[in-house]
Amino acid sequence: MHALREALAAFRRAPLLTALSAAMIGLSLLVVGLFGVASWNVSRVLDDVEARVEIVAYLRDSASPREVLELQEALAERPDVAEVFYITREQALESARRDMAEFDSIFSSLDSNPLPASMEIRMVSAYRDADGVRAVAAAASESPIVEDVRFGADWLDKVFLLRKVAGAASVVLGITFGLVAALIIGAAVRISIFARREEIEIMHLVGAADRFIRGPFLLEGLFTGILGGAAALGGTYFVYRVLSGRVVQLAWMPPEWVALGLVAGALLGMMASAIAVRRYLRTA
Amino acid sequence: MIRFENVVKRYARATALDGVSFQLAKGDFCFLTGHSGAGKSTVLKLLHMAERPTSGDVRVSGYSASKVRRRDVARLRRKIGYVFQDFRLLQDRSAAQNVAFALEVTGVRRSEIRPRVAKLLGQVGLAAKSGALPSQLSGGEQQRVAVARALANDPLVLLADEPTGNLDERATRGIFDLFREINAAGTAIVLATHDLELVRRAAFARVLELDQGKVVFDSAERGAA
Repeated sequence: MHALREALAAFRRAPLLTALSAAMIGLSLLVVGLFGVASWNVSRVLDDVEARVEIVAYLRDSASPREVLELQEALAERPDVAEVFYITREQALESARRDMAEFDSIFSSLDSNPLPASMEIRMVSAYRDADGVRAVAAAASESPIVEDVRFGADWLDKVFLLRKVAGAASVVLGITFGLVAALIIGAAVRISIFARREEIEIMHLVGAADRFIRGPFLLEGLFTGILGGAAALGGTYFVYRVLSGRVVQLAWMPPEWVALGLVAGALLGMMASAIAVRRYLRTA
Repeated sequence: MIRFENVVKRYARATALDGVSFQLAKGDFCFLTGHSGAGKSTVLKLLHMAERPTSGDVRVSGYSASKVRRRDVARLRRKIGYVFQDFRLLQDRSAAQNVAFALEVTGVRRSEIRPRVAKLLGQVGLAAKSGALPSQLSGGEQQRVAVARALANDPLVLLADEPTGNLDERATRGIFDLFREINAAGTAIVLATHDLELVRRAAFARVLELDQGKVVFDSAERGAA
């Protein structure tokens, strides 16, 4: 109770200092928030591109319905395959006519259907990397009724490389921004402790226990962290609204990310306080 | 209650105390005198366990500096009041809040704080100025607030480091009389000062004179001899 009262009293006594600390924390977490929105959107775009990765196995015209069914079942049983669609020659022609309406006259002048039947194979997302796709394509091409397998190998390698680079950059930048935020919060707390050094000195003088001295600062750090986190969230949302639609179409972060950010802000505030107070108590 | 046993305190560049021994009993009134740098403040810091001796031992109210843990130091300090030349009051709080602060941070219940603060400020003659900020009080009055704060937790001993150093003649007399009253009520007092006029006025008190970290005069020994 004393800690809570003192922490609130500290806000009342030095509103400017509190506002400055919260603003510092808010600005540093804003960078983290904007980075979060950016990396969430990059990851969504890559997901979207990857979801389109499809393996198409073109079948020989000689394939019997039983052989087709056997191949479809064999492929669908694989753990890395999500779905296998059988496209008949007629369906292939129909969809070609639909997708390429400008060539309709050519299609209608054909005496026979030149398109082969095919299997469209969709992968389970966890296996959807270059090696995984190649393994499924190789398995499909082993079948005697398969004439050819297409999966855009070059393009696939580039997408997955981009995913790796983006992933590594996210981790490195995320950690860097997080550290910078923690250092700034630590500095903000140290300023607040320095402003109250006389108080701490007197607490030592009259025999206050360490936990009594520490308590208000920890709560103050927690509150400042929450305040800064909320400000950063507001700022991030504002920037997102301004950019989204006008500059690029963006998606807002999932709620778990937002919650995680707020909790991280609060904990960061409290931890920075704990470290700063600990140092001060040790030297006092 | 207080015992210095052959205490040596060395800092990086100088020896502050060099083999100091003395004892004080409950209710004693003791002056520590000597020039600046003689070691008076070091004796007080050792008593308050803000410093530890380089060798020898300091014992205060059953706690030994060589064994005491950090947690016990906080507990011990509640039995020791400390008053400084520069008062060390929180400038943004009233006289009453400054005194209450010492009670709050040592975990005294809220309901007890208000009556105790009123009593303490009455004791130092400042009942009428409890709401005043330090900046609205004279030096003598500020020192009275500091004394009230030092007495807040009913200490066994009151340490005072040049408590009248910043005060005029009249305020000095007032503070000194206050110390005598506190001492008469049973609290031991250790008062470091180089104001020999003050010492001369108190023939009842014990006088320890320090010079270059050594006790060069002890009125108790002379009395015994």
